[in-house]
Amino acid sequence: MTHAPHLEASQLLALYEQMAVIRRTEKAAHDLFMSGLVKGTTHLAAGHEAIAVGASAALRDDDYVFATYRGHHHALARGATPEECLAELMSRATGLCGAKGGSMHLTKASRNMLGSYAIVGAHLPMAVGAAWSARLRGTEQIAVAFFGDGATNIGAFHEALNLAAVWKLPVLFVCENNLYMEYTPIADVTAVANPAADRAPAYGIPGEIVDGNDVVAVQEAVTRLAGRARAGDGPSLLEAQTYRHFGHSRADPATYRPAEEVERWLKHDPLDVARGRLAELGVPAETVTEADERATGLVQKAVEAAKNAPAPDPREALTDVWADGGAAWRT
Amino acid sequence: MADVITYRQAVAEGIAREMRRDPAVVCLGEDIGAAGGVFKTTAGLYEEFGSGRVWDTPISEQAIVGAAMGAAMTGMRPVAEIMFSDFLACCWDYLANEIPKVRYMTGGQVTVPLVVRTANGGGLGFGAQHSQATENWALTVPGLKIAAPATPADVIGMMAAAIRSDDPVVFFEHKGLLAAKGAPAPPDHVVELGRAAVVREGADVTLVALASMVPVALTAAERLAEEGIEAEVIDLRCLVPLDTRTVLDSLARTSRLVTVEENPYQGGWGGTLVSVVADEGFGLLDAPVRRVAAECVPLPFADALEEQVIPTVDKVVTKVRDLTAY
Repeated sequence: MTHAPHLEASQLLALYEQMAVIRRTEKAAHDLFMSGLVKGTTHLAAGHEAIAVGASAALRDDDYVFATYRGHHHALARGATPEECLAELMSRATGLCGAKGGSMHLTKASRNMLGSYAIVGAHLPMAVGAAWSARLRGTEQIAVAFFGDGATNIGAFHEALNLAAVWKLPVLFVCENNLYMEYTPIADVTAVANPAADRAPAYGIPGEIVDGNDVVAVQEAVTRLAGRARAGDGPSLLEAQTYRHFGHSRADPATYRPAEEVERWLKHDPLDVARGRLAELGVPAETVTEADERATGLVQKAVEAAKNAPAPDPREALTDVWADGGAAWRT
Repeated sequence: MADVITYRQAVAEGIAREMRRDPAVVCLGEDIGAAGGVFKTTAGLYEEFGSGRVWDTPISEQAIVGAAMGAAMTGMRPVAEIMFSDFLACCWDYLANEIPKVRYMTGGQVTVPLVVRTANGGGLGFGAQHSQATENWALTVPGLKIAAPATPADVIGMMAAAIRSDDPVVFFEHKGLLAAKGAPAPPDHVVELGRAAVVREGADVTLVALASMVPVALTAAERLAEEGIEAEVIDLRCLVPLDTRTVLDSLARTSRLVTVEENPYQGGWGGTLVSVVADEGFGLLDAPVRRVAAECVPLPFADALEEQVIPTVDKVVTKVRDLTAY
């Protein structure tokens, strides 16, 4: 298949532009970290853009999304702005979570992007619960859990798959297999070749593999599997093969990765793949360049706005533990 | 309405009342459906509400509590059962890292109105992995409310408050009290979380107890009364929110304090309570505070050994007698 017949050139261009915004936001996050304006750590998803953007294009706006600590791209794909995200990373009051979450916890609940979770694998059962809730309420929403290859060796992964399968829930598990469990090749610590897809048959659910650097392929696969979930046919598992452009976190230069492997994957950059598809659809190169320029301008503005935003009021440290807005543990 | 109701019946009755009131309340857990729960604390729910609201799960504590969390975040009010409180450790990530933190770390974007019910404590000879009093584990986690009722009426009233709470509540049902009988709860009975109860008045010493230790403290108080020592007994009912006001008010009357805890002394809730008293009520005291708590050992199997470990009426009486002679 060379192109998706149901994706018009204009639609694909919009997806490309979203990916370009994410790529530039990640680069900005990296640069801000290196210049000391982002504290703690970051886990950048540059290279994974096609998964977040392709999947989001296949979902309804009210579907639920759960992500990992490497989740900037999912927050952005589901409606968070670069300014909100960068402000959060820079500990500003205007941050997505009021600077209480940070890079690993980007959440946009108003868009049903229900969080980024930094305990590996913990959010898979939550997605199962959201799917259960959707079924109980009869809404035809589905829930999607994005997770890394490393999460496939966590107990919660297996508990979530089994429960989703036996309750036949509308949930889609999307593994972003970037070949490395933090610093270690996933193949060195996993008993099967395809850490997610190979486990699906054990739970009696479909397990598919897709080129995670091809936004169209991801969009098609998620459209199909989400439709299956929405029709009441239960959960499925999609393993999207991809690659990190940066190291695991912070300033990890990822020197443990073979040069030829890095080169091979960088040649298969999701933005380049999308550009190729746009050319096939007859979109002029200058039109794509204009999209790139818009993305660059948007992120530059976001960086400046986030830099100029105020720090959070220190009193906010003692709010939001409880639903009444406070933190009191005594009556 | 029956004249008396058992604690175990009160659990099911408390849940049923809320399920009748609010269609968003659903239950999940191991063996809670047609089986009625291993402790029969969900008996009748499946028959009344059906498989669409009472869901049997696999033995998957992480999935149970994780799914309850996801459902709570998206419009439901799930009541999850973790069969024995010892098993909370199997899903501790959800109780320590996920459920209590998500509201805070999202800047207040997400609400998690769920109840995790669990059978707590010793006294039934189940051995070290099915007998612990673990409410002190939850006490160390900011963001969890902790309920531990001692009477059937409180079970119903506090269950109502827990299920209606927009915050996550860990609800400890004490195994040693399941067969205990008490007054039934009137219709619409709600016991606000964080309200301790003075269950016996007395002028000489304040005993603060929780769950199974409430009847122990009350029996000890009766024995002490025969010696002319009048103990005031407070049923704390909740650890978070903690009703320190009722304790300090009682101390103003009695000037002596003994906490009676089933959880181990090290890290037990009594430590928190007496630190508040030391901070804010030191001037009310005419004697040191005393804590009767479990030894810091795993719960042994044999009754004779278990009695050495967890508080008994004799231990409480001895401690109070010594304190009043101070």
